[in-house]
Amino acid sequence: MSEDKLFGLIDLNFRFELTKFKLVRALCKSRWLPLLLILFNLFIFVIILLAGLFGGYSAGNYNFGIMMVWILWWVLLILMLVPGFARMWCLMCPFPIFSDWAQRGKLFEVRQGKLGGLNLKWPKRLSSMWVLNLAFLATTFFSGFFTVRPFATFILLGIIILVAFLTGLVFQKRTFCLYLCPVSGFQGLYSQFATAEVRRKDPEICKKHTPKTCFVGNEKGYGCPWLRTPFDFAKNTYCGLCLECFKTCPHDNMALNLRPPGVDLLVDTKREPRGLDEAYKAFIMLGIAIVFYLAFQGPWGVIKDMVRATTLEGYLGYITFHTVFNLLIIPGIFFLFAYLSKLFSGNKEVPLKKIFTNFSYTLVPLGLGVWIGFSLGIILPNGSYLLHILSDPFAWGWNLFGTAHFPWTPVLTHLLGYLQGATLIVFYLFSIAYGFRSSRQTYPDLPQARRGWIPMLGLLTLITTAFLWLFMG
Amino acid sequence: MKNKIIVMLSLGGLFILLILAGLPSPASAHHSPACLITRAKDSPKLPSPTSAQAPEEKLFEIKARNFVFTPNVIQVNQGDLVRIRLISEDVHHGLYLDGYEIQTSALPGQEGTLTFVANKTGRFTFRCSVTCGEFHPYMVGYLVVEPNSPFFIYVFLTIALALANLAFVVLRRS
Repeated sequence: MSEDKLFGLIDLNFRFELTKFKLVRALCKSRWLPLLLILFNLFIFVIILLAGLFGGYSAGNYNFGIMMVWILWWVLLILMLVPGFARMWCLMCPFPIFSDWAQRGKLFEVRQGKLGGLNLKWPKRLSSMWVLNLAFLATTFFSGFFTVRPFATFILLGIIILVAFLTGLVFQKRTFCLYLCPVSGFQGLYSQFATAEVRRKDPEICKKHTPKTCFVGNEKGYGCPWLRTPFDFAKNTYCGLCLECFKTCPHDNMALNLRPPGVDLLVDTKREPRGLDEAYKAFIMLGIAIVFYLAFQGPWGVIKDMVRATTLEGYLGYITFHTVFNLLIIPGIFFLFAYLSKLFSGNKEVPLKKIFTNFSYTLVPLGLGVWIGFSLGIILPNGSYLLHILSDPFAWGWNLFGTAHFPWTPVLTHLLGYLQGATLIVFYLFSIAYGFRSSRQTYPDLPQARRGWIPMLGLLTLITTAFLWLFMG
Repeated sequence: MKNKIIVMLSLGGLFILLILAGLPSPASAHHSPACLITRAKDSPKLPSPTSAQAPEEKLFEIKARNFVFTPNVIQVNQGDLVRIRLISEDVHHGLYLDGYEIQTSALPGQEGTLTFVANKTGRFTFRCSVTCGEFHPYMVGYLVVEPNSPFFIYVFLTIALALANLAFVVLRRS
C-alpha cells in the first residue's frame, strides 16, 4: 500500500468496491443496463426535439427543450454525474443508439461475429482529443443561440444525432463518442477527478486470460465499444462506462469502485499517457468558463450583444476573441508559468513540454470547481422554470402536473456568490494538493520539485482569485 | 477510516463555514429590507449608522432595455438608503434583487420603484424578473454594498491556503 495520503489523511489507494454487492453486480452484468436508461433518455430527447420544433416561445426559459438540455441536463452533468460517476452520461446517452443498432442489428441480444457497417479504423493521427477540443470550442461559438432559441437547440441535437449515426456506419464501434462528440472531451477530462472508476480486480487473472473477452467480446456481450482494453484501464478518460466488460468477463474480474477524487491526475502510463490534447482541453474549458460567465452571468451588455450576434462585426469579434483567448492567450500564460517553473527548479534537463503538460492537469479540479460554480448560477435563479415546462412541454396550454402557472422563484440566490466561492476554494485545495505531486513527478528530486512548484502555485492562486472576483467581487 | 471521516468532516465544515459567512447577521436581519419597500414619495426611517461612513440616501435611475440594465453596476455603502427607479425603454421588465429578496417591474411609460436600506454587505445580483425575450435569463446587474468583505475574506482564505501549502511543501522531508 502507498503511504501517499491526500491532505495527509486519505490513502490514494483506497477503493470501495460497489460491485461486491450482489444487486450492483447483477445490474452491471444485465443486458437491460444500460439499455433501459438509454431508451428512457431517448423518449425524453424525442420530446426535447419536438419541443424544439413545435414548442413555440421565443424565450427559452419557457421551452421544454431549452430547459431540459441547458438547465437540467447540463447542471446534472456538471454537478453530479461527472464529479461523482465519471462518464455516467455516456452510459445512458441515447445519441449512439441508432448506430449501435445499425452495427449490431440487435438492440438487446448480442450479435456474434463481425459488426455491420464499414467498420473502418479512425485515422491514427486524429486519435486524440484535438478534434473534440475544436468541436466543443466551435459549438460554443453558437451558445448565444442554442441556450435561448428552441429551434437552434433542435438543429444542434439533430446534427449530433445524424453525425453519430453516419460515423457509426463508416467507422468502428463508438468512434463518434471517442473522437467526435462535442461533449465527450470535457467529460473525459473531468472524469479523471471522479469519485468512481471501472477497473480490473486481479491483474493476474487478466494476464492468464488469453482470449481477452473484454476486448474481443463473447456471447454475453460486445468487446469494448470504446475500443479500449479494460483489462489494463489506468484512468477514466476514455471509459464510457458502457458496462460491456462486466458482461464479457467470465471471471467476474471487473469492479466498479468508489475512490478518492482525482487519483487519475497522477496517472501517466505508456498506454494512457498525459498529452497536450488533454492539456488544451483543460485550458479551453477554463477559457470558455470565463467567457460564458462574462456573457451569461455578467452585467455587460456589450458582451451579450456580441454573443447573440446583434451585429455581424460584433459576432465575428466574439468568435475571434473567444478562439484566440482559448487557444493562445490562456495556454500562453500557462506556458510562461511553466517556463518560470523550469527556471525556479534549476533543472535544465527536464523538457519544457513535460513541465507544461504535467502541470496542466492541476487545472482539472479547479476547472471542474469553476464549472460547478457557473452551473449553480444557472440552476438556482432559473430552476423554477422547470416546473412550468414539465406541465406544459409544448406550450399548448397543458397543465399536466398542476405546475404550469408556478411563478418564477429564485432559490438560494442570496447565497449564490458564497456557494460559488466556497466550491471554488474546495476544488482549489484539490488542485494544489495534486499540484505538488505533479511537481514531484516532473522533477527528479525534492528540492527541485519544491522550487518548481512555487510559480505554479502562484498561478493557481491567481486563477482562483480571478474567479472569486468574477463570482463575488 | 477515522482519518477519512476527519477529512470529509473538515472539507464539509470548511464549505459550510464559507457559506454561513453569507447568511445575514442577526443585526442585519433585524432591519428586514422587505418591509422598507416603498414608493419614492414615501419617506422611510433612516437607519442607524452601521459603518464608519455616515449613511447617505442614494438614488439610482436604472434603465432596462434589450436585456441590459444601465447602469449595470451600482455601488453603495453599508447603511445607505437606496432608492431605485426602474425605467423600461422597450418591453415589460422586472428587477429582482438577490439577497434582499425585493422586486419591482416597469413598463414603457410606467416606472417601478424600490427603496431599501443596504444593510448587508457584498455583491448582489439584480435580475430581470419578467420574461422579456430570448436573453431574459441573462439580463442581470450588480449591486455592490461596500465594504465587500465577503469577497476579501474568500481571497484572504485562498492566499492563506496557498501559504499553508507552501509551508507544507518546504517543511516536508520526503
